[in-house]
Amino acid sequence: MEPNTGKITSLRVEHITKRFPGVLACSDISLSVGEGEVLALVGENGAGKTTLMNILMGLYRPDEGRILINGEETVFRSPGDAFAAGLGMVHQQYMLVANMTVLENIALGYTRAWSPLALDLDMVRARIDEISRKYGLAVDPDAYVWQLSVGEQQRVELVKTLCLGARFLILDEPTSALTPQETDELILLLRKMTRELSIIFISHKLQEVKNLSDKVVILRRGEVVFEGSTADHSSDDIAALMTGREIHLPRNEAPECEGKPALDIRGLKVRSDRGFLAVDGLDLSVCAGEIVGLAGVSGNGQRELAEAINGLREVEEGEILFFGRNIADHSPRDVIDAGMGYIPEERNTEGIVPSFSMKENFILKDAGSPRFSARSFLKLEEIDRNADRLRTEFDIRSPDTDAAAGSLSGGNIQKVILAREISRMPRFLVAVYPTRGLDMGAAEFIHRRLLEKRMEGIGILLISEELEEILDLSDRIAVIFKGRIIGTLDRRTADSRKIGILMAGVRNDEAV
Amino acid sequence: MDFTVNILALGIPFSVALLLASLGEMFNQRAGVFNLGCEGIMAMGAFLGMLVPYGAGHGAPVPGTFNVLGLLLAMAVGALLGLLFGLAVVTFRAPQGIAGIGLQMFGVGTAGTLFRHFVGGTQSVPGIDRLPIPVLSDIPFIGPVLFSHNPLVYLTFLLVPAAWYILFRTPWGLRVRASGANPRAADSVGIRVNLVRFQALAVGGALAGLAGAYLSLCQVKMFSDEIIAGRGFIAVALVYFGHWRPLKITGGALLFSFAQALQLAIQGQGIDFPYEFAVMLPYALVIVVLAFSRESLLLGPTALGKPFNREMRT
Repeated sequence: MEPNTGKITSLRVEHITKRFPGVLACSDISLSVGEGEVLALVGENGAGKTTLMNILMGLYRPDEGRILINGEETVFRSPGDAFAAGLGMVHQQYMLVANMTVLENIALGYTRAWSPLALDLDMVRARIDEISRKYGLAVDPDAYVWQLSVGEQQRVELVKTLCLGARFLILDEPTSALTPQETDELILLLRKMTRELSIIFISHKLQEVKNLSDKVVILRRGEVVFEGSTADHSSDDIAALMTGREIHLPRNEAPECEGKPALDIRGLKVRSDRGFLAVDGLDLSVCAGEIVGLAGVSGNGQRELAEAINGLREVEEGEILFFGRNIADHSPRDVIDAGMGYIPEERNTEGIVPSFSMKENFILKDAGSPRFSARSFLKLEEIDRNADRLRTEFDIRSPDTDAAAGSLSGGNIQKVILAREISRMPRFLVAVYPTRGLDMGAAEFIHRRLLEKRMEGIGILLISEELEEILDLSDRIAVIFKGRIIGTLDRRTADSRKIGILMAGVRNDEAV
Repeated sequence: MDFTVNILALGIPFSVALLLASLGEMFNQRAGVFNLGCEGIMAMGAFLGMLVPYGAGHGAPVPGTFNVLGLLLAMAVGALLGLLFGLAVVTFRAPQGIAGIGLQMFGVGTAGTLFRHFVGGTQSVPGIDRLPIPVLSDIPFIGPVLFSHNPLVYLTFLLVPAAWYILFRTPWGLRVRASGANPRAADSVGIRVNLVRFQALAVGGALAGLAGAYLSLCQVKMFSDEIIAGRGFIAVALVYFGHWRPLKITGGALLFSFAQALQLAIQGQGIDFPYEFAVMLPYALVIVVLAFSRESLLLGPTALGKPFNREMRT
């Protein structure tokens, strides 16, 4: 079939419903986008945004409802059909093959360059060149995807989607992994692109929604709860509609604390899985009763730092002084017993054992302690009591404490981890991306708990990519770049611009 | 000098069965499917390969076409077994390791049973003769080592660059690699991942079948229950050893086969060396080499062994 290359002047979705086992992901959703329009689709996690987009892209089949393009009903049986119709999506997790070059990744979908026995890579190269120039998107076709930064990978995704003939773009949380500067660039770029095409973008960052979109559709629990023009509504209105209540993220306004250093890292060097020095001579100290926010684009050594502190990764060089005692290269058990609490990056694979019940996950670190076991037997009643208490205290929503932890939603899993770590009365807490991917309600809860702990005199190292989170919670902000602290800012003088410049590796703020 | 020539001239034909099977396994794994049943497909190939010329001549020489028909039958049934395996692990998403062991037992057992039913006792076949290449085979050293083998040896070594070209320079190769490295990404650009996996399994099965038939028609020239002798598993190990790259896999197959030839030569020459250790040599070598070849796995099929289900939520 010869692909249609005309403009898409209207896209309508009517009465779409999609059920997953036990979940109504989309319920009777309708929306429409006109020529050159930008529609923002917002909602909390699990509101059905991504499911709806996957239906538009032919990845899922809707149980009910229909899709109309330029007024004509269209049925997508596979992603191929959606392409043929001119829809292109940039997924939140980039759909790129890491061990192929940019050129090969684009050739993968560019069937015009295919013949049975040969692949016309020059034709693909010419196409990339054409698109790069038309939209001002520069990419290096011969780089391997794994060598590229997240921002570059996103550009490759955009180029790929356009090369494959997209005339309508769907962007799923396009800025979630970008620095503030990269975000601004992307928004400018997308604005320019609306001359040629229309865009649906999914986000829960309200600032972007305000900056970029013409229309906004808010989803809650699979239903459209609001549809209207962006200009007429403030960010707060949209936030309230999104969660169904007013949300006020708490801020750290407590006076500066003057505790002794709880954690003092000196000249730390740690290797990554690929063998290079991911943490390369890092110095950082956190006092008791202080929150230090560690900002930085992910992949600059945050994971390795957190793992080294918690005894999960070998230390090449340097010291980790925990209340004066060097815990570098001690076993995780030693570090835990020294009073370290840890909220790891991967909540599903590192934070919990997904197939264990919630109550079992609560005692993962204490199964051998006299509180929960005696003479090699578990004290089941005490475990139940502990679980019931934590479930109520941390407002974890599940039918009971026997539910498999892996079956809970992301926010509830994070609450399970937080409950376990906090209830162990740690002397210090390392929290890595504690609210990544969570909706505002859950994030608010976790922020409040972290601030409470700070007031109780516990030092917290907060590793995050969300600048708002860092600015709201931290006493001091350290920025990590290529395994070193490139700069430290006080919360009174820090703003997202300054942090963003440091995150990009530019040290001398004054020069900019 | 003669000793070296002997080992090399013996090692190269030894490597063919391993090479064919592991190139096939490489396509399977590149597409994301781990086929531990290679050994079973080889056993079926070995039996069917010799059955055709044996049925025609009962051990007496037969026209060459029967040998070719035997090879083709082995490949066809090999491809079919590959597809059957695909039905289990791609369509029904059975765990690949377990299904592979099942296929191995099924293949080896069925081949042995059919052999006893149709052929009976040990029977040798004339098989496929060597075809020394005129002129080239007379060159000292190189001639006997490289140019005095049977036709399948030459074909197999031509297959190595062909496999490389297919994998890295054709659209099908690109689809195979994408399906094994990131099936979601492949799916999102309209590639039918499971179809590609079936295709790769058919190719891999055909090559494994051919590898088996090579053993019964060219190398051993008879069939027995133990004819494959673990070569299918060695082939799987070689794919890891070779990091899913045809040239490195060839290197591994040759290394193993030369070690095998060396151990036979040691025994044959009556050198005073405990033969138990000599027999162990090639296998010990594989273990040692595998232990030291943990290079970046990022370059291989990262979704190896994982069934693809588009509507699975991650």
